[in-house]
Amino acid sequence: MISHLPILQVVLPLLAAPACLIFVRARSIWLFTCLACLLTFGISVALFLHVSDVGPLSYEVGGWPAPWGIEYTIDSLSSYVLLLVSAIAAVVILAANSSLGPELPERQQPAFYVLFLLCLTGLLGIVATGDVFNVFVFLEVSSLATYALIALGRQRQALWAAYQYLIVGTIGASFFLVGIGFLYALTGTLNMSDLSERLVEVEQQQLLAVAFGFVVVGIALKMALLPLHGWLPNAYAFAPSIATTFLAASATKVSLYLFIRLYYGVFGAETVDALLPVSIVFLLLGIIAVLAASLVAFRQSDVKRMLAFSSIAQIGYMAVGIGVGSTLGLQASLLHLFNHAFIKGALFLAVASVVYRTGSSQIDAFRGLGYRMPWTMAGLVLASLSLIGVPLTAGFVSKWFLVLAAIESGLWVVVLIVLVGSFISLFYLWKIVELAYSKSDSEASRNEAPPLMLIALWVLVIANIYFGIDTRLTVGASASAAATLIEGAPW
Amino acid sequence: MVILAETLMLAAVLLPLLAVVGILLFRRYPNIREAVSLVTAAVLFSVVLLLYLQVIGGAAVRADYLTILPGLSLSLEVRPLGLLFALIASLLWFVTILYAIGYMRAHEEENQTRFYAFFAFALAAVMGLALSENLFTLFIFYELITLGTYPLVTHAGSEKALKGGRSYLRFLLGTSIVFFLPAMIGTWFYAGTLSFTPGGVFGEEVPPLALSILLLLFVFGVGKAAVMPFHRWLPAAMVAPTPVSALLHAVAVVKAGVFTLLMVCIYLFGANTLSSLATIDYLLYLIAFGILMASIIAMQQDNLKARLAYSTVSQLGYISLGALLASSSSIAGSALHIAMHAFGKITLFFCAGAILVASHKTCVSELRGLGRQMPVTMAAFFVGSLSIIGLPPTGGMWSKWYLLLGTLERDQLVLMVVLLISSLLNIAYLLPIGVKAFFPGEPAVASVEVKEAPLPSLIAIVFTSVVCVVLFLWPQLLPFFGDFTQGIVDAPR
Amino acid sequence: MDFFNYWVVIALMMTGLYIVMAQQNLVKKLLGLNIFQTAIFILYISVAKVLGGTAPIYTESATLYSNPLPHVLILTAIVVGIATMALALALVVRIHGAYGSIEDDEIRDRSKQ
Repeated sequence: MISHLPILQVVLPLLAAPACLIFVRARSIWLFTCLACLLTFGISVALFLHVSDVGPLSYEVGGWPAPWGIEYTIDSLSSYVLLLVSAIAAVVILAANSSLGPELPERQQPAFYVLFLLCLTGLLGIVATGDVFNVFVFLEVSSLATYALIALGRQRQALWAAYQYLIVGTIGASFFLVGIGFLYALTGTLNMSDLSERLVEVEQQQLLAVAFGFVVVGIALKMALLPLHGWLPNAYAFAPSIATTFLAASATKVSLYLFIRLYYGVFGAETVDALLPVSIVFLLLGIIAVLAASLVAFRQSDVKRMLAFSSIAQIGYMAVGIGVGSTLGLQASLLHLFNHAFIKGALFLAVASVVYRTGSSQIDAFRGLGYRMPWTMAGLVLASLSLIGVPLTAGFVSKWFLVLAAIESGLWVVVLIVLVGSFISLFYLWKIVELAYSKSDSEASRNEAPPLMLIALWVLVIANIYFGIDTRLTVGASASAAATLIEGAPW
Repeated sequence: MVILAETLMLAAVLLPLLAVVGILLFRRYPNIREAVSLVTAAVLFSVVLLLYLQVIGGAAVRADYLTILPGLSLSLEVRPLGLLFALIASLLWFVTILYAIGYMRAHEEENQTRFYAFFAFALAAVMGLALSENLFTLFIFYELITLGTYPLVTHAGSEKALKGGRSYLRFLLGTSIVFFLPAMIGTWFYAGTLSFTPGGVFGEEVPPLALSILLLLFVFGVGKAAVMPFHRWLPAAMVAPTPVSALLHAVAVVKAGVFTLLMVCIYLFGANTLSSLATIDYLLYLIAFGILMASIIAMQQDNLKARLAYSTVSQLGYISLGALLASSSSIAGSALHIAMHAFGKITLFFCAGAILVASHKTCVSELRGLGRQMPVTMAAFFVGSLSIIGLPPTGGMWSKWYLLLGTLERDQLVLMVVLLISSLLNIAYLLPIGVKAFFPGEPAVASVEVKEAPLPSLIAIVFTSVVCVVLFLWPQLLPFFGDFTQGIVDAPR
Repeated sequence: MDFFNYWVVIALMMTGLYIVMAQQNLVKKLLGLNIFQTAIFILYISVAKVLGGTAPIYTESATLYSNPLPHVLILTAIVVGIATMALALALVVRIHGAYGSIEDDEIRDRSKQ
């Protein structure tokens, strides 16, 4: 049974997606989707436990042996990210039915669940597969679902945002496709572990540089690394709130995973850096992203858009961790990848609750909400503190490792910039908190978010606090993943 | 015995938290709610006192609770300096609650439940900070104090209060994130531990440049110590209700800052390492400059609370100075000044609040002749002033005495002169207030009928001002007075 | 002219990208995107060509075949491309319904209103 889990992880949501249409009522489809997401989460837990106890797991699709057939491989890194993505999906979907109510007409809701499951399939597939072309296919599966999810937003700008993202996203995926095309021409293989062995023998270094360049730019586009972030703010601001929550917490993280997997695991960081200055570029872009995006976030009046820019800044932190180049830096990136998913998930879910009650995500809508929606706002405050990096929250742990990594490498300037960045995040987040707890003119009575949204929000908030106190799971998994990657053993 | 002490130590942190629950439960019954606060405060003080009696024999008490990262744990340990701080804070909590009952009711403040709840929460954090075994634990409680006091600062909810709170939060969280955090992580990186160790934790091999950077980060990062130019939050935070200003900004918050600096100087750097650093002189002169500047600014303030705030900035400089001088007398002076300044300044703030409640006056220039109507309050104000200045018969004299000795021990004559000049400035901006209240010179305009402050507040005022005098006569009432620096400052590395 | 195919690929790629960026009309942008993708297909197929080899269909008469794998990959990529195009065109139809225009600048103007 265990040996079939890698493929089940991906196939289960894939099959569940069309199966949704058996049901007629949106509510039954939602329940069915919840079940599918829970099962998917269960599989990822089983995989995680198996990998940490026994070791990496490999699965040959259709029984074809590795270099010819498609291989699915689950090692410490991929099981860690699978766990994250499926956990986020399971929590977010809980809140979906309530949140969609006012945002999407009932007859369009089935489409949401189908697209949600397809998007999940794509994201899980990218993480599970060990074949670069298969990565491309799953990348497109998740992207196409994402475009459609964004287009479901109730304002007409959602369509426009989806179109723009589609153009940019397709170009990014095509770049990726060109890159792996070159790699295939040079090595004759698409299997990741095979690829990493044969890359060493490649003599046409220039072509190799071109291939790396295309792959890196393609992925950087998908993970919204500044200056390739243009698609993200509109996409996050206009998508249905619950879709934004899921995408913000998982999609960019999976792109980052893909980059880390290829850069460290397959190409080898040293091989790439000998040809292209990737780590330095990542360090610089990361620093600029942290500062610039945080400052822009401060000026936003739409909270969704503010959080979207904050996400770009947080991607900057992860890029800095990669740019530092040490094992500790990579570990910091992986930790932040995990922790930030819970932070942003909680923040966006809180905003989704506000949209549910007030119909707006403008910052003025938050006035006095601290008294009308006390639990939602308490969750928002705790998640904000986690984003700022206050001790006893998850955000503190990843910040600790990032600063430690920078100090270890003697990059004091980076330390300062990273911390100034989180200082700025205090400015924009506190704008919301302050408004929420100031007195509002209209003495509206208490009007809390629906219970399921509240439960989902607080699961994420408690995860933030839990992973800030008991760090064994996150630190342990990220440490072992980082160590394996840096030592160059891909699997 | 040790097990009992451990329980007491944990109880010191948990009791105020318990009070938070109690306060929230009895939010509909103000009298019971306030009784919960008072009783908890009294019990807390006795617990800390018991703890003191337990460890006076020298038994080491420490306990680990949570391990966050390998080698980084939430741990508590009783140390002389922390115990002193805990004793003062718990005693003054009781007094302040007493005062607040009078003040808040006379002032008809809203949201009193929230006020008392966060007050208790902040006290729990202060207790945790005082009993921290390592810098990491201390940092956590340090941040909790900031977050717990923010709702108190913005209590009024007005635009002005929010603005003050914004500045409060930005300065305190900002400095702690941008400077304090990397200083802590740097210490962890170079020393491999964050445990407070007598004599310091840094080995010989740590480059002096790194140590200098770390020290700089610590001095500026501990924003609560209000080292210039990061002092601006203190005047801004004066928008808070007076009991908050009194306890948190004369005692808990600012003293948490200088306490942190003291702990860092003594237990992380160690006196020997500290005095060998090349940058130490620049830092000392910077702080001395801050002491003088703050005193001069205080002279120009007409708003009584603002004047007291700048006076606090200046007095905190004394303590930071003593910590960085790191001689046995200066450390003793700093520790004593934490106590003496606490009692003196809280008296002054209590008086300022009493004046506000009774006469709605906030400016120094309006206080002329007020001694007739509020004799007790103004007399207490006079005593408090004496203690801040450091004149007999008040306790403030002893701490200044030791601080001056400390400057001599380190041959810092310039600093000694600075301290003396600053004391003269203290006289100039504090004494006239009390004197003119009783001897207005020209007949005061008898405007409205003004009575003394409410009784609970008056009791609090009298109590703290009497303590100021008592501490002059019997300074050995303070635990470890005189000899507690032994074994800390001169400990071998 | 050894690398004739590759020059064609580069020319088509640049043409496609230029159209995507320079055109105001949303449908024309998509055409550019299509040309860009087609260039990539040609790239893969050029890589697969083995000189002198026949199409990769098993017959008695042939001994040398071109590499079949890239052909298969590109079949997949074409399917993906069609799916993308279908979605994109559907979006354009919806945009036309919502904004009454498929011109980039007009939509931008109306978005701000």
